Amino acid sequence: MSRDVQAEIKETVEKSPVVLYMKGTAYAPMCGFSGHAIEILKACGLKDFVTVDVLSDQDIRAGIKEYSSWPTVPQLYVKGEFVGGCDIMREMYQAGELQQQLAEFATAAS
Amino acid sequence: MITKEEIAKIIQEGLPSSQVDVRGDDGHHFEAIVVSEEFAGKSRVKRHQMVYKALGNLMEERLHALALKTITPEEMGN
Repeated sequence: MSRDVQAEIKETVEKSPVVLYMKGTAYAPMCGFSGHAIEILKACGLKDFVTVDVLSDQDIRAGIKEYSSWPTVPQLYVKGEFVGGCDIMREMYQAGELQQQLAEFATAAS
Repeated sequence: MITKEEIAKIIQEGLPSSQVDVRGDDGHHFEAIVVSEEFAGKSRVKRHQMVYKALGNLMEERLHALALKTITPEEMGN
């Protein structure tokens, strides 16, 4: 039986409010861009968010690019919607937009 | 390996009305600023997707790290 990667990704991003597809883990990012994305989420006051390590799953690594029509990782999803990659996260953070969008999920005072 | 000149040329071919400035000299990590009228009224995601489309398979095959900034000529004036 073949694996339905697109359905798996849809389920993952809809199950949790904030999901980051990245290289490595929040504790040990394997790429500068992924590490930066984690820093931005933390700066937005988020403590609990789901990360998916694409390096540990080649099907997901290929599938996530197709899912969002976006060729790079990291990729941030909020409430099931693709928000953007590292550059967009940074721009939104600098404009104060990302904090606003994530405010309801923030646990630390910022 | 790829040069910043090659990257700029490919983006410009895909987005003919754009002005492209690519920086980075190590052959792997680049930063591109793309200025185009065509970005007007489009979301950040949509704009980046337009540049990625211009780059085609390059992102998969030869280009690991490209930091992208997409702006319109009007936004640049601000």
